[in-house]
Amino acid sequence: MLTVATGNKAVALAVKQAKPVVVAIYPITPQTEIVEQIAQYVSQGDLSARYIDVESEHSAMAACIGASMTGVRTFTATSSQGLLYMHEMTNWAAGARLPIVMANVNRAIGPGWNIWAEHTDAMQERDTGWLQVYVSTVQEAYDTTLMAFRIAEHNDVLLPVMVNLDGFLLSHVMQPLDTVEPADFIPPLHLPHTVDPKNPMGYGTLTGPDEYFKFRWDIERSMRDSLRVIEAAHKEFFQRFGRTYGFTEDYRCEDADVVVVSMGTLGKEVEVAVDNLRNEGIRAGSMRLRWFRPFPKLDLMNRDVVVIDRDYSFGFGGVLAHSIQAKNRTGVFSVIAGLGGQEVTYDDIAGFVKNRHIGREYWFGVSDNV
Amino acid sequence: MPKEEFVLKGTSACPGCSASLALRYVLKAAGPDTVLIVPACCTSVVQGMYPNTAVNVPVVNVGFATAGASASGMSNALRALGKKTNVVVYAGDGGTLDIGIQALSGALERGTDFLYVCYDNEAYGNTGMQRSGGTPLGAKTTTTPLGKPEVKKDIERIVAAHEPPFMATACAAYPQDLFRKVKKALSIRGPSFIHVLAPCPPGWRYPTEKSVEIGKLAVKSGVWVLYEREYGQLAISSPSRTALKNPIPLEEYLAPQGRFAGIDPKTLDILKQRIAKNLQRLAREESGVC
Ligand code: SF4
Repeated sequence: MLTVATGNKAVALAVKQAKPVVVAIYPITPQTEIVEQIAQYVSQGDLSARYIDVESEHSAMAACIGASMTGVRTFTATSSQGLLYMHEMTNWAAGARLPIVMANVNRAIGPGWNIWAEHTDAMQERDTGWLQVYVSTVQEAYDTTLMAFRIAEHNDVLLPVMVNLDGFLLSHVMQPLDTVEPADFIPPLHLPHTVDPKNPMGYGTLTGPDEYFKFRWDIERSMRDSLRVIEAAHKEFFQRFGRTYGFTEDYRCEDADVVVVSMGTLGKEVEVAVDNLRNEGIRAGSMRLRWFRPFPKLDLMNRDVVVIDRDYSFGFGGVLAHSIQAKNRTGVFSVIAGLGGQEVTYDDIAGFVKNRHIGREYWFGVSDNV
Repeated sequence: MPKEEFVLKGTSACPGCSASLALRYVLKAAGPDTVLIVPACCTSVVQGMYPNTAVNVPVVNVGFATAGASASGMSNALRALGKKTNVVVYAGDGGTLDIGIQALSGALERGTDFLYVCYDNEAYGNTGMQRSGGTPLGAKTTTTPLGKPEVKKDIERIVAAHEPPFMATACAAYPQDLFRKVKKALSIRGPSFIHVLAPCPPGWRYPTEKSVEIGKLAVKSGVWVLYEREYGQLAISSPSRTALKNPIPLEEYLAPQGRFAGIDPKTLDILKQRIAKNLQRLAREESGVC
């Protein structure tokens, strides 16, 4: 069905259709619309879930963990400070192998208070064992949220999934949305380690140095297996609903001499920049990374690579740029742009491409660098 | 009391641990259709090490600050599935009075259907006896070597302010009383809270065989008052009712405990005044004066 929605509403709609049994959320800008919309669905009887008004994000994740252990589908949403506040429990969710789905509306971290888009919040969660996907349109936010439940709950994965959407740039932007009937695209959840008084076991029991690492390896094995499960989900989504998704969204990359890699809404700006650059005779392409965890293999051989990071790891560099350098053993021009909602236009992006210095880092808008 | 044991042989509790004794009675009362939620505390260790467990109901270990919130999620999910399974938190004083107080407050305020048992050994036992909000005035811990300069946090009044349908105090030295209160708590829908005094030989510095005796001295001196409050109606429990007719001097409770050795008369006096004030307050509430 064709409609229009904001990124937040699209996520809420997908959640309603996925029918979680427990939703525990705490409000935070710019995610709050998701909380409100789901509360609305529950109060109108459109979604028969237990809605837990928790008193913090730490408790939101803890409540999802407690609920998920009974084998039911759970959902939460957060942003920025809230995500950082629940960090202890995001680790716990992955370690306990619980397929919780969370929307994170990417926002900068204080101080100073800044409610605008940045990816550093989610980047600080990258080693927790969560799958992470970044979306760029309202349609993609909706479709990916549906896929997230299927992927998280797959028996070869059983890890939580974080769907990332840019604060305001996507969370509050109205775009056309084509909704679907997911039906058995999301099969019923069968959690093999469901808590059951008829079969009493210890969960998260003290685990010694001769056993603990085996559980960590098990997480990594599932992370690797999730590559296949994600690919299958993309394929099945296309077969059922006709929309194509991959680990990346590639735009005019085939014959490109220079490829710009980015995540989230910036990727759409890059596509415009690519068209303009091509009109000027520069063979550029755009590769927008969707899945950041697990980190896919990227085809970047024999061309210049410009990476735009909407995040930063102090004393190190742009997280995406360095991930690509490490995984692909290739030099890149690393651009740090869009922090805290800093405006980045397609003309700016075209400028990055023209003035690229492979092997260097450039902070957009800061004069004393490069 | 049922013969069935849910705390099995082979726990790694210290000898004479009254917290483990209390858990034994709590689970006897709760029965097999129970999930036990345990934040970081002595019980995290006492239950045994993977792949074994010494507890014969599912034990869900959760983050230190999250007992109330984890129980909220668990309880809501079980009720949504139409299951009546008891959700019982077993948490120490650190996980309840200090780091877990926010999650506890939230769970109480939201009317979560669960029982929260706080076993209070008045210090961080698992990490080697550091001061907690539950440590009483004058008690020596590894971080208050001269005795704690502040008074014990009154978690009961904090919990009472949330008006749970049922709350009570207990002590493993009075098993029947504890058993009955757990039964009652689990028969009532909504949140209930039981505060269990848990004498702890290494922490309180007394010989291991004296745990029950110390618990009895706490009640007989009025340091620990056994009561229950059901829908706002307070009733002093019979062991305290009997004891308080003719309480023993506080010194008799303090003397066997190394943690109070050398307590100065001024501190002793404040402790006595506070006991008197608490007893007065409870008596007034019970008689409906306040
Ligand atoms: S430290 Fe105290 S409460 Fe903890 S196990 Fe030992 S005796 Fe029990």
